[in-house]
Amino acid sequence: MRNISSGKITSAVKKLCMDANYFLGDDVVGVIRKSLDKEESPLGKEILNQILENAEIAKNEQMPLCQDTGLTAVFVELGSDIHIDGATLEAAVQEGIRQGYGDGYLRKSMVEDPLRRKNTGDNTPGVISINIVEGDKIKITILPKGGGSENMSAIKMLKPSDGEDGVKDFVVETVRVAGGNPCPPIIVGVGIGGSFDKSAYLAKKSLLRKLGSVHSDPYYAEMEKELLERINNTGIGPQGLGGRITALAVHIETHPCHIASLPVAVNTQCHSARHKEVII
Amino acid sequence: MEAIKLNTPVADQDIEKLRAGHKVILNGYIYTARDAAHKKMVELLDKGENLPFDPAGQIIYFVGPTPAKPGKVIGSAGPTTSGRMNKYSPAMLKAGLKGMIGKGEMGKEVADALKRYKGAYFVATGGAGALMAKRITDSEVVAYEELGPEAVRRLKVVDFPIIVAQDSHGGNIFVEGMEKYRK
Repeated sequence: MRNISSGKITSAVKKLCMDANYFLGDDVVGVIRKSLDKEESPLGKEILNQILENAEIAKNEQMPLCQDTGLTAVFVELGSDIHIDGATLEAAVQEGIRQGYGDGYLRKSMVEDPLRRKNTGDNTPGVISINIVEGDKIKITILPKGGGSENMSAIKMLKPSDGEDGVKDFVVETVRVAGGNPCPPIIVGVGIGGSFDKSAYLAKKSLLRKLGSVHSDPYYAEMEKELLERINNTGIGPQGLGGRITALAVHIETHPCHIASLPVAVNTQCHSARHKEVII
Repeated sequence: MEAIKLNTPVADQDIEKLRAGHKVILNGYIYTARDAAHKKMVELLDKGENLPFDPAGQIIYFVGPTPAKPGKVIGSAGPTTSGRMNKYSPAMLKAGLKGMIGKGEMGKEVADALKRYKGAYFVATGGAGALMAKRITDSEVVAYEELGPEAVRRLKVVDFPIIVAQDSHGGNIFVEGMEKYRK
Protein backbone atom coordinates (compact mmCIF):
# COMPACT_ATOMS: atom_id res chain seq x y z
CA MET A 1 0.00 0.00 0.00
CA ARG A 2 1.37 3.41 -0.98
CA ASN A 3 0.45 6.48 1.06
CA ILE A 4 0.04 9.88 -0.55
CA SER A 5 -1.15 13.07 1.09
CA SER A 6 -4.36 14.72 -0.01
CA GLY A 7 -2.41 17.98 -0.28
CA LYS A 8 -0.43 16.50 -3.15
CA ILE A 9 -3.66 15.82 -5.03
CA THR A 10 -4.92 19.33 -4.31
CA SER A 11 -1.80 21.00 -5.68
CA ALA A 12 -1.80 18.75 -8.75
CA VAL A 13 -5.44 19.64 -9.52
CA LYS A 14 -4.76 23.34 -8.96
CA LYS A 15 -1.92 23.30 -11.51
CA LEU A 16 -3.95 21.24 -14.02
CA CYS A 17 -6.85 23.74 -13.88
CA MET A 18 -4.53 26.61 -14.70
CA ASP A 19 -2.44 24.80 -17.33
CA ALA A 20 -5.49 23.41 -19.12
CA ASN A 21 -6.99 26.88 -19.43
CA TYR A 22 -3.77 28.61 -20.61
CA PHE A 23 -2.17 26.04 -22.90
CA LEU A 24 -3.92 24.49 -25.88
CA GLY A 25 -2.60 20.98 -26.61
CA ASP A 26 -0.09 20.53 -29.44
CA ASP A 27 -2.41 17.95 -31.01
CA VAL A 28 -5.25 20.51 -31.23
CA VAL A 29 -2.98 23.24 -32.61
CA GLY A 30 -1.59 20.78 -35.16
CA VAL A 31 -4.99 19.70 -36.46
CA ILE A 32 -6.27 23.31 -36.69
CA ARG A 33 -3.13 24.29 -38.60
CA LYS A 34 -3.66 21.42 -41.05
CA SER A 35 -7.33 22.35 -41.51
CA LEU A 36 -6.30 25.77 -42.87
CA ASP A 37 -5.41 24.17 -46.21
CA LYS A 38 -8.84 22.57 -46.52
CA GLU A 39 -10.85 25.66 -45.60
CA GLU A 40 -12.22 27.33 -48.74
CA SER A 41 -14.02 30.24 -47.09
CA PRO A 42 -11.87 33.39 -46.66
CA LEU A 43 -13.75 34.30 -43.46
CA GLY A 44 -13.33 30.71 -42.27
CA LYS A 45 -9.56 30.87 -42.86
CA GLU A 46 -9.37 34.15 -41.02
CA ILE A 47 -11.20 32.68 -38.02
CA LEU A 48 -8.91 29.63 -37.94
CA ASN A 49 -5.90 31.96 -37.98
CA GLN A 50 -7.39 33.99 -35.13
CA ILE A 51 -7.81 30.79 -33.12
CA LEU A 52 -4.13 29.93 -33.64
CA GLU A 53 -3.03 33.47 -32.76
CA ASN A 54 -5.23 33.34 -29.67
CA ALA A 55 -3.49 30.15 -28.50
CA GLU A 56 -0.10 31.88 -28.88
CA ILE A 57 -1.22 34.91 -26.86
CA ALA A 58 -2.77 32.75 -24.13
CA LYS A 59 0.43 30.69 -23.85
CA ASN A 60 2.79 33.67 -23.79
CA GLU A 61 0.75 35.72 -21.33
CA GLN A 62 -0.55 32.76 -19.30
CA MET A 63 -4.09 33.97 -19.67
CA PRO A 64 -7.20 31.87 -20.34
CA LEU A 65 -7.70 30.78 -23.97
CA CYS A 66 -11.41 31.50 -23.54
CA GLN A 67 -13.31 33.57 -21.00
CA ASP A 68 -15.51 30.54 -20.36
CA THR A 69 -13.06 28.57 -18.25
CA GLY A 70 -15.74 25.98 -17.84
CA LEU A 71 -17.31 23.55 -15.50
CA THR A 72 -14.40 21.45 -14.28
CA ALA A 73 -14.84 17.85 -15.38
CA VAL A 74 -12.37 15.62 -13.54
CA PHE A 75 -11.50 12.04 -14.42
CA VAL A 76 -9.61 10.07 -11.78
CA GLU A 77 -8.04 6.64 -12.21
CA LEU A 78 -7.23 5.56 -8.70
CA GLY A 79 -4.85 2.65 -8.14
CA SER A 80 -6.29 0.16 -5.65
CA ASP A 81 -2.94 0.07 -3.79
CA ILE A 82 -3.12 3.75 -2.81
CA HIS A 83 -4.15 5.19 0.52
CA ILE A 84 -4.83 8.90 0.73
CA ASP A 85 -3.82 10.61 3.99
CA GLY A 86 -5.70 13.71 5.13
CA ALA A 87 -8.82 14.83 3.30
CA THR A 88 -10.98 12.55 1.14
CA LEU A 89 -10.22 12.30 -2.58
CA GLU A 90 -13.38 14.27 -3.38
CA ALA A 91 -12.50 17.08 -0.95
CA ALA A 92 -8.88 17.20 -2.16
CA VAL A 93 -9.96 17.59 -5.79
CA GLN A 94 -12.58 20.26 -5.01
CA GLU A 95 -10.01 22.23 -3.00
CA GLY A 96 -7.65 22.04 -5.99
CA ILE A 97 -10.34 23.49 -8.25
CA ARG A 98 -11.05 26.26 -5.72
CA GLN A 99 -7.37 27.23 -5.56
CA GLY A 100 -6.74 26.87 -9.30
CA TYR A 101 -9.67 29.03 -10.33
CA GLY A 102 -8.86 31.62 -7.63
CA ASP A 103 -5.09 31.95 -8.03
CA GLY A 104 -5.25 31.40 -11.79
CA TYR A 105 -7.67 34.30 -12.41
CA LEU A 106 -10.13 31.92 -14.06
CA ARG A 107 -13.85 32.70 -14.34
CA LYS A 108 -16.17 31.26 -11.72
CA SER A 109 -19.06 29.81 -13.69
CA MET A 110 -20.85 27.45 -11.29
CA VAL A 111 -24.21 28.18 -9.65
CA GLU A 112 -25.12 26.26 -6.49
CA ASP A 113 -28.65 25.38 -7.60
CA PRO A 114 -29.80 24.89 -11.20
CA LEU A 115 -32.98 26.96 -10.72
CA ARG A 116 -32.11 29.43 -7.97
CA ARG A 117 -28.75 30.13 -9.64
CA LYS A 118 -26.50 31.74 -7.03
CA ASN A 119 -22.83 31.61 -8.06
CA THR A 120 -20.72 29.47 -5.71
CA GLY A 121 -17.89 31.97 -6.18
CA ASP A 122 -15.05 29.48 -6.61
CA ASN A 123 -16.11 27.29 -9.56
CA THR A 124 -16.74 24.29 -7.31
CA PRO A 125 -18.10 21.73 -7.37
CA GLY A 126 -16.38 20.07 -10.30
CA VAL A 127 -17.97 16.94 -11.72
CA ILE A 128 -15.71 14.04 -10.75
CA SER A 129 -15.68 10.51 -12.21
CA ILE A 130 -13.61 7.99 -10.29
CA ASN A 131 -12.48 4.62 -11.59
CA ILE A 132 -10.56 2.14 -9.48
CA VAL A 133 -7.72 0.53 -11.42
CA GLU A 134 -4.80 -1.76 -10.60
CA GLY A 135 -1.56 -0.39 -9.21
CA ASP A 136 -0.31 2.29 -6.83
CA LYS A 137 -0.59 5.37 -9.01
CA ILE A 138 -3.28 7.97 -9.44
CA LYS A 139 -4.01 9.57 -12.79
CA ILE A 140 -5.96 12.84 -12.79
CA THR A 141 -7.32 14.47 -15.94
CA ILE A 142 -8.98 17.88 -15.99
CA LEU A 143 -11.34 18.90 -18.79
CA PRO A 144 -12.67 22.46 -18.38
CA LYS A 145 -15.94 22.32 -20.32
CA GLY A 146 -17.44 25.54 -21.64
CA GLY A 147 -21.19 26.08 -21.49
CA GLY A 148 -21.66 27.09 -25.13
CA SER A 149 -20.58 23.75 -26.54
CA GLU A 150 -21.96 21.64 -23.67
CA ASN A 151 -25.43 23.15 -24.29
CA MET A 152 -25.48 21.77 -27.84
CA SER A 153 -25.03 18.16 -26.69
CA ALA A 154 -27.84 15.61 -27.06
CA ILE A 155 -28.82 12.07 -26.16
CA LYS A 156 -31.29 9.65 -27.74
CA MET A 157 -32.48 6.14 -26.97
CA LEU A 158 -32.61 4.57 -30.43
CA LYS A 159 -34.18 1.24 -31.28
CA PRO A 160 -31.70 -1.55 -32.11
CA SER A 161 -33.33 -1.70 -35.57
CA ASP A 162 -32.28 1.94 -36.18
CA GLY A 163 -28.75 0.53 -36.37
CA GLU A 164 -25.70 2.22 -37.78
CA ASP A 165 -27.67 4.62 -40.00
CA GLY A 166 -29.82 5.74 -37.09
CA VAL A 167 -26.73 6.53 -35.05
CA LYS A 168 -25.04 8.41 -37.88
CA ASP A 169 -28.11 10.47 -38.74
CA PHE A 170 -28.58 11.46 -35.10
CA VAL A 171 -24.95 12.59 -34.79
CA VAL A 172 -25.05 14.69 -37.99
CA GLU A 173 -28.45 16.18 -37.11
CA THR A 174 -27.21 17.19 -33.64
CA VAL A 175 -24.28 19.05 -35.20
CA ARG A 176 -26.52 20.66 -37.84
CA VAL A 177 -28.99 21.96 -35.26
CA ALA A 178 -26.11 23.33 -33.15
CA GLY A 179 -24.90 25.45 -36.10
CA GLY A 180 -22.53 28.20 -35.02
CA ASN A 181 -23.49 28.06 -31.33
CA PRO A 182 -20.89 25.59 -30.01
CA CYS A 183 -17.95 27.56 -31.51
CA PRO A 184 -17.05 25.42 -34.50
CA PRO A 185 -14.74 23.93 -35.55
CA ILE A 186 -15.81 21.41 -32.96
CA ILE A 187 -14.82 17.97 -31.80
CA VAL A 188 -17.77 15.60 -31.77
CA GLY A 189 -17.70 13.10 -28.92
CA VAL A 190 -20.03 10.16 -29.49
CA GLY A 191 -20.95 7.52 -26.91
CA ILE A 192 -22.77 4.47 -28.26
CA GLY A 193 -24.20 1.73 -26.05
CA GLY A 194 -24.10 1.15 -22.31
CA SER A 195 -27.12 2.73 -20.65
CA PHE A 196 -28.77 6.17 -20.80
CA ASP A 197 -26.18 7.66 -18.44
CA LYS A 198 -23.23 5.54 -19.57
CA SER A 199 -23.52 6.71 -23.18
CA ALA A 200 -23.24 10.34 -22.04
CA TYR A 201 -20.19 9.49 -19.94
CA LEU A 202 -18.58 7.74 -22.92
CA ALA A 203 -19.25 10.71 -25.19
CA LYS A 204 -17.47 13.02 -22.76
CA LYS A 205 -14.61 10.59 -22.15
CA SER A 206 -14.02 10.29 -25.91
CA LEU A 207 -13.05 13.98 -25.95
CA LEU A 208 -9.87 13.11 -24.05
CA ARG A 209 -8.53 11.05 -26.95
CA LYS A 210 -5.57 12.58 -28.74
CA LEU A 211 -6.72 14.64 -31.72
CA GLY A 212 -5.61 13.14 -35.00
CA SER A 213 -5.49 9.59 -33.59
CA VAL A 214 -7.37 6.79 -35.32
CA HIS A 215 -9.91 4.51 -33.55
CA SER A 216 -8.37 1.15 -32.66
CA ASP A 217 -11.34 -0.73 -34.19
CA PRO A 218 -11.33 -0.39 -38.02
CA TYR A 219 -15.17 -0.52 -38.10
CA TYR A 220 -15.44 2.56 -35.87
CA ALA A 221 -12.40 4.21 -37.48
CA GLU A 222 -14.32 4.10 -40.77
CA MET A 223 -17.48 5.43 -39.13
CA GLU A 224 -15.57 8.34 -37.59
CA LYS A 225 -14.14 9.20 -41.00
CA GLU A 226 -17.54 9.04 -42.70
CA LEU A 227 -19.21 11.12 -39.99
CA LEU A 228 -16.49 13.78 -40.18
CA GLU A 229 -17.01 14.06 -43.92
CA ARG A 230 -20.79 14.31 -43.59
CA ILE A 231 -20.46 16.93 -40.84
CA ASN A 232 -18.03 19.01 -42.87
CA ASN A 233 -20.36 18.77 -45.87
CA THR A 234 -23.07 20.61 -43.90
CA GLY A 235 -21.24 23.83 -44.79
CA ILE A 236 -21.61 25.27 -41.24
CA GLY A 237 -17.91 26.15 -41.14
CA PRO A 238 -15.83 28.03 -38.57
CA GLN A 239 -18.14 29.89 -36.15
CA GLY A 240 -21.10 28.92 -38.33
CA LEU A 241 -20.35 31.57 -40.98
CA GLY A 242 -20.03 28.98 -43.74
CA GLY A 243 -17.06 26.86 -44.75
CA ARG A 244 -15.55 23.41 -45.07
CA ILE A 245 -14.24 22.97 -41.51
CA THR A 246 -17.16 22.43 -39.15
CA ALA A 247 -15.49 19.70 -37.11
CA LEU A 248 -11.86 18.76 -36.48
CA ALA A 249 -12.65 15.18 -35.48
CA VAL A 250 -15.31 12.68 -34.47
CA HIS A 251 -14.43 10.42 -31.55
CA ILE A 252 -16.53 7.34 -30.82
CA GLU A 253 -16.53 5.30 -27.59
CA THR A 254 -18.70 2.21 -27.20
CA HIS A 255 -19.90 -0.14 -24.48
CA PRO A 256 -21.99 -3.35 -24.46
CA CYS A 257 -25.71 -2.70 -24.09
CA HIS A 258 -29.12 -4.30 -23.42
CA ILE A 259 -30.80 -6.38 -26.18
CA ALA A 260 -33.67 -3.84 -26.32
CA SER A 261 -31.53 -0.68 -26.38
CA LEU A 262 -29.29 1.45 -28.54
CA PRO A 263 -28.38 4.57 -26.55
CA VAL A 264 -26.39 7.25 -28.36
CA ALA A 265 -25.03 10.46 -26.89
CA VAL A 266 -23.28 13.37 -28.56
CA ASN A 267 -21.08 15.62 -26.44
CA THR A 268 -20.05 18.71 -28.34
CA GLN A 269 -16.62 20.21 -27.69
CA CYS A 270 -15.55 23.61 -28.99
CA HIS A 271 -12.18 24.15 -30.69
CA SER A 272 -10.79 25.26 -27.34
CA ALA A 273 -10.42 21.56 -26.52
CA ARG A 274 -8.64 21.94 -23.23
CA HIS A 275 -7.52 19.02 -21.11
CA LYS A 276 -4.42 18.19 -19.08
CA GLU A 277 -3.46 15.14 -17.10
CA VAL A 278 -0.93 14.07 -14.51
CA ILE A 279 0.12 10.76 -12.96
CA ILE A 280 1.12 10.85 -9.31
CA MET B 1 -12.10 41.87 -48.65
CA GLU B 2 -11.19 45.16 -46.96
CA ALA B 3 -12.56 45.71 -43.45
CA ILE B 4 -14.99 48.58 -42.85
CA LYS B 5 -14.05 51.03 -40.09
CA LEU B 6 -16.80 51.71 -37.62
CA ASN B 7 -16.76 54.02 -34.59
CA THR B 8 -19.19 54.26 -31.71
CA PRO B 9 -21.62 55.91 -31.29
CA VAL B 10 -23.08 54.56 -34.52
CA ALA B 11 -25.57 56.35 -36.80
CA ASP B 12 -28.38 54.74 -38.86
CA GLN B 13 -26.48 55.55 -42.07
CA ASP B 14 -23.46 53.55 -40.82
CA ILE B 15 -25.71 50.57 -40.11
CA GLU B 16 -27.47 50.68 -43.47
CA LYS B 17 -24.15 50.32 -45.31
CA LEU B 18 -23.35 47.04 -43.55
CA ARG B 19 -24.10 43.68 -45.16
CA ALA B 20 -23.86 40.20 -43.68
CA GLY B 21 -20.33 38.90 -44.25
CA HIS B 22 -18.61 42.30 -44.11
CA LYS B 23 -15.52 42.48 -41.93
CA VAL B 24 -15.57 45.42 -39.52
CA ILE B 25 -12.87 47.06 -37.40
CA LEU B 26 -14.54 48.69 -34.42
CA ASN B 27 -13.18 51.60 -32.38
CA GLY B 28 -14.64 53.48 -29.44
CA TYR B 29 -16.62 52.56 -26.33
CA ILE B 30 -18.92 49.54 -26.10
CA TYR B 31 -20.93 48.09 -23.21
CA THR B 32 -20.95 44.51 -21.91
CA ALA B 33 -24.02 42.58 -20.80
CA ARG B 34 -25.08 38.93 -20.62
CA ASP B 35 -28.26 37.16 -19.52
CA ALA B 36 -28.54 38.50 -15.95
CA ALA B 37 -27.81 42.16 -16.82
CA HIS B 38 -30.20 42.04 -19.80
CA LYS B 39 -32.97 40.72 -17.57
CA LYS B 40 -32.52 43.67 -15.21
CA MET B 41 -32.28 46.24 -18.01
CA VAL B 42 -35.35 45.01 -19.85
CA GLU B 43 -37.30 45.13 -16.57
CA LEU B 44 -36.28 48.80 -16.29
CA LEU B 45 -37.44 49.48 -19.85
CA ASP B 46 -40.77 47.76 -19.13
CA LYS B 47 -41.27 50.10 -16.17
CA GLY B 48 -40.34 53.11 -18.31
CA GLU B 49 -37.18 53.78 -16.31
CA ASN B 50 -33.71 54.76 -17.52
CA LEU B 51 -30.99 52.20 -18.20
CA PRO B 52 -27.60 52.41 -16.42
CA PHE B 53 -26.27 53.89 -19.70
CA ASP B 54 -27.93 55.65 -22.63
CA PRO B 55 -28.25 52.96 -25.33
CA ALA B 56 -28.74 55.45 -28.21
CA GLY B 57 -26.20 54.67 -30.93
CA GLN B 58 -24.36 52.17 -28.73
CA ILE B 59 -23.24 48.56 -29.15
CA ILE B 60 -23.52 45.81 -26.53
CA TYR B 61 -20.92 43.03 -26.34
CA PHE B 62 -22.25 39.74 -24.96
CA VAL B 63 -19.29 38.80 -22.75
CA GLY B 64 -18.45 37.70 -19.24
CA PRO B 65 -14.68 38.14 -18.96
CA THR B 66 -12.29 36.32 -16.65
CA PRO B 67 -10.88 38.40 -13.77
CA ALA B 68 -8.05 40.75 -14.78
CA LYS B 69 -4.60 39.72 -13.62
CA PRO B 70 -2.77 42.46 -11.65
CA GLY B 71 -1.68 45.24 -14.00
CA LYS B 72 -4.03 44.13 -16.78
CA VAL B 73 -7.13 45.97 -18.05
CA ILE B 74 -9.27 42.84 -18.37
CA GLY B 75 -8.98 39.06 -18.49
CA SER B 76 -9.91 36.82 -21.40
CA ALA B 77 -12.93 38.41 -23.13
CA GLY B 78 -14.46 36.52 -26.05
CA PRO B 79 -18.16 36.47 -26.99
CA THR B 80 -20.81 34.25 -25.43
CA THR B 81 -23.70 32.53 -27.26
CA SER B 82 -26.08 35.26 -28.44
CA GLY B 83 -29.23 33.14 -28.80
CA ARG B 84 -29.79 33.40 -25.06
CA MET B 85 -30.39 37.13 -25.53
CA ASN B 86 -33.11 36.69 -28.23
CA LYS B 87 -35.70 37.52 -25.60
CA TYR B 88 -34.08 40.81 -24.61
CA SER B 89 -32.35 42.33 -27.65
CA PRO B 90 -35.51 43.57 -29.47
CA ALA B 91 -36.39 45.80 -26.48
CA MET B 92 -32.84 47.13 -26.35
CA LEU B 93 -32.89 47.94 -30.09
CA LYS B 94 -36.22 49.67 -29.64
CA ALA B 95 -34.58 51.80 -26.94
CA GLY B 96 -31.96 52.98 -29.43
CA LEU B 97 -29.23 50.34 -29.31
CA LYS B 98 -27.55 50.00 -32.74
CA GLY B 99 -25.82 46.67 -32.45
CA MET B 100 -24.79 43.59 -30.52
CA ILE B 101 -21.61 41.51 -30.66
CA GLY B 102 -21.72 37.80 -29.80
CA LYS B 103 -21.43 34.37 -31.35
CA GLY B 104 -23.92 32.07 -33.06
CA GLU B 105 -27.13 32.98 -34.86
CA MET B 106 -29.80 35.23 -33.32
CA GLY B 107 -33.52 34.47 -33.67
CA LYS B 108 -36.21 35.79 -35.97
CA GLU B 109 -37.47 38.27 -33.35
CA VAL B 110 -34.01 39.87 -33.35
CA ALA B 111 -33.72 39.81 -37.16
CA ASP B 112 -37.08 41.63 -37.36
CA ALA B 113 -35.97 44.20 -34.78
CA LEU B 114 -32.69 44.81 -36.68
CA LYS B 115 -34.79 45.75 -39.71
CA ARG B 116 -37.38 47.79 -37.85
CA TYR B 117 -35.00 49.83 -35.68
CA LYS B 118 -31.96 49.75 -38.00
CA GLY B 119 -29.44 47.67 -36.14
CA ALA B 120 -26.76 45.12 -36.90
CA TYR B 121 -25.66 41.93 -35.19
CA PHE B 122 -21.94 41.21 -35.30
CA VAL B 123 -19.91 38.14 -34.39
CA ALA B 124 -16.47 37.97 -32.85
CA THR B 125 -14.52 34.72 -32.89
CA GLY B 126 -15.78 32.57 -30.04
CA GLY B 127 -12.95 31.08 -28.02
CA ALA B 128 -10.49 33.82 -28.99
CA GLY B 129 -10.81 35.57 -25.63
CA ALA B 130 -7.10 36.25 -25.18
CA LEU B 131 -6.86 37.85 -28.63
CA MET B 132 -9.93 40.03 -28.04
CA ALA B 133 -8.56 41.15 -24.65
CA LYS B 134 -5.51 42.62 -26.41
CA ARG B 135 -7.84 45.05 -28.25
CA ILE B 136 -9.47 46.33 -25.06
CA THR B 137 -7.63 49.28 -23.55
CA ASP B 138 -9.99 50.33 -20.79
CA SER B 139 -12.66 48.66 -18.68
CA GLU B 140 -14.93 50.17 -16.07
CA VAL B 141 -17.94 48.65 -14.29
CA VAL B 142 -20.94 50.94 -14.82
CA ALA B 143 -23.71 48.83 -13.23
CA TYR B 144 -24.62 45.63 -11.40
CA GLU B 145 -21.19 45.02 -9.86
CA GLU B 146 -22.80 42.30 -7.73
CA LEU B 147 -23.20 40.17 -10.88
CA GLY B 148 -19.42 39.62 -11.05
CA PRO B 149 -18.50 38.50 -14.59
CA GLU B 150 -22.05 39.46 -15.66
CA ALA B 151 -21.74 43.11 -14.53
CA VAL B 152 -22.27 45.86 -17.13
CA ARG B 153 -18.88 47.26 -18.14
CA ARG B 154 -17.88 50.09 -20.43
CA LEU B 155 -14.96 48.94 -22.57
CA LYS B 156 -12.72 50.98 -24.81
CA VAL B 157 -11.87 48.93 -27.88
CA VAL B 158 -9.13 49.58 -30.41
CA ASP B 159 -9.28 47.92 -33.85
CA PHE B 160 -11.67 45.28 -32.50
CA PRO B 161 -12.14 42.64 -35.25
CA ILE B 162 -15.79 41.67 -35.82
CA ILE B 163 -17.95 40.41 -38.71
CA VAL B 164 -21.46 41.50 -39.68
CA ALA B 165 -23.60 38.37 -39.18
CA GLN B 166 -27.17 39.66 -39.47
CA ASP B 167 -27.83 43.06 -41.06
CA SER B 168 -30.62 45.66 -41.19
CA HIS B 169 -31.77 44.40 -44.62
CA GLY B 170 -32.49 40.82 -43.55
CA GLY B 171 -29.10 39.44 -44.61
CA ASN B 172 -27.87 36.48 -42.55
CA ILE B 173 -24.36 35.03 -42.96
CA PHE B 174 -25.30 31.84 -41.10
CA VAL B 175 -27.85 30.98 -43.78
CA GLU B 176 -25.92 32.39 -46.77
CA GLY B 177 -22.55 30.95 -45.71
CA MET B 178 -23.90 27.48 -45.03
CA GLU B 179 -25.69 27.38 -48.40
CA LYS B 180 -22.53 28.43 -50.18
CA TYR B 181 -20.32 25.70 -48.70
CA ARG B 182 -22.81 22.84 -48.33
CA LYS B 183 -22.02 19.74 -50.42
